[in-house]
Amino acid sequence: MFEFVDVRYKDVLEVPTLYIEKKKITTLVGPSGSGKTTILKLLNKMISPTQGRILFNGVDLKEINSVAHRRHVVMLSQSPAMFEGSIRDNLNAGLIFQERELPGDEVLRRILQQVKLNKPLDSLANTLSGGEKQRLALGRVLMLNPDVYLLDEPSSALDDETEEIIIHMVTEHVRTENKTLVMVTHSKSIAEKYSDAIIEICQGTCLSRRCKDDRNH
Amino acid sequence: MTGIIDLTVWQVAFAYLFVLIVLTIVRIRGINREKEIIISSVRMTLQLILTGYALVYVFNNPSPFITGGIVLLMETFAVYTVFKKFKGRLSNPLKKVIAFSMSIGTLSCLLYFLFVVVRISPWYDPQYFVPIAGMLIGNSMTGISLGVKSLLEGMTTQKALIEEALILGATPQAATRSIINSTFDAAIMPTINSMVGMGIVFLPGMMTGQILSGTSPTTAIAYQIAIMLGILGAVALTAIIMLQLGYRTFFNEEEQLQ
Repeated sequence: MFEFVDVRYKDVLEVPTLYIEKKKITTLVGPSGSGKTTILKLLNKMISPTQGRILFNGVDLKEINSVAHRRHVVMLSQSPAMFEGSIRDNLNAGLIFQERELPGDEVLRRILQQVKLNKPLDSLANTLSGGEKQRLALGRVLMLNPDVYLLDEPSSALDDETEEIIIHMVTEHVRTENKTLVMVTHSKSIAEKYSDAIIEICQGTCLSRRCKDDRNH
Repeated sequence: MTGIIDLTVWQVAFAYLFVLIVLTIVRIRGINREKEIIISSVRMTLQLILTGYALVYVFNNPSPFITGGIVLLMETFAVYTVFKKFKGRLSNPLKKVIAFSMSIGTLSCLLYFLFVVVRISPWYDPQYFVPIAGMLIGNSMTGISLGVKSLLEGMTTQKALIEEALILGATPQAATRSIINSTFDAAIMPTINSMVGMGIVFLPGMMTGQILSGTSPTTAIAYQIAIMLGILGAVALTAIIMLQLGYRTFFNEEEQLQ
């Protein structure tokens, strides 16, 4: 689905080759500052390579309209910003930006249940704790039901138990809906347990990519 | 209606007593502003004397070239003043947008005001062209300065929200909508506030001048109402053109924040 060809981004990242498969769960692991988030931003077209090409289904990302691409390939940042207003406003935010029809409160409550956020829809989003905001932002991304999910440490602000529940829910959703997931995680156990392929990044370059099936893809 | 009392040089000199009073106050209070007060008073006096003589010449020798030249000079000075105010903080594309919006916003309102509302003859009559251009350009310059300040602040302080919106598939226009709206507010609120207080809290300068020079207050009021609406139009038009084009300068061709 995504293919890196001699990609370089400033002095931050240098990846000669990298492949991310369609309808699979791929995790990016590696130390802080190694370039994992930069890869997600490149995939989402929030930034573009300073050198090289990234192909999306065989087409150079440069040829694809950025806004249209971001509507198919949605990213959840590590410290997502909350828009002014209620939980309802934040859940609907992406749909409003994409000029899509807004669902009823029942759908919104179901999403909140999925992300384990037991709060009224009218609560102000900015009063939530860090972990609650992270879950609300995940709900906001789930509302969009994109083809590709790019999740940057989606459980970094959560306790171990909630982290397990949330990651389980997201990966289940991705598998049942036949979606693609690329996830950055600090947890090797999560990477081992849930992913089809693990990409190890270190000091701005891709060290290895291994799949669960062949381990040396 | 009697004509205006001519002020002699000595009568004007008496007005400098106010400057002496202010200088005495700042000296007693130990506020280190004597130099600025003296320089600004001298500059104001010299600039107005020169402008006065220049206007006498322009009014006595009306010419479309001189009128056009003065308006061009005003526009250039206004744009330069905005650039200087935000020195080092404006990108080249944003500078172009500011110059374009100031020119289009003020000139279109100025021409409409002179040719449709006042209907001057000859069309380049400097007695109307110059002061009205000054008021429209001056107020638009203040409006656009407030607008640019708010836009720069908004794009900095709300960068995380703009990025979040882009990540969720927003167009740059949708991602910056709230900043654009609050910037428009910042640009036109001073004009709206002055319209609210006008005639009750204060008598505007142009109207005061006309009344002092012997014009009937009703005529002066008619002019003041028209010019205030013209100012509102020019400020709003300048601000909206600047915003509609200006937000784009913060994004590259791939809809990414620069």
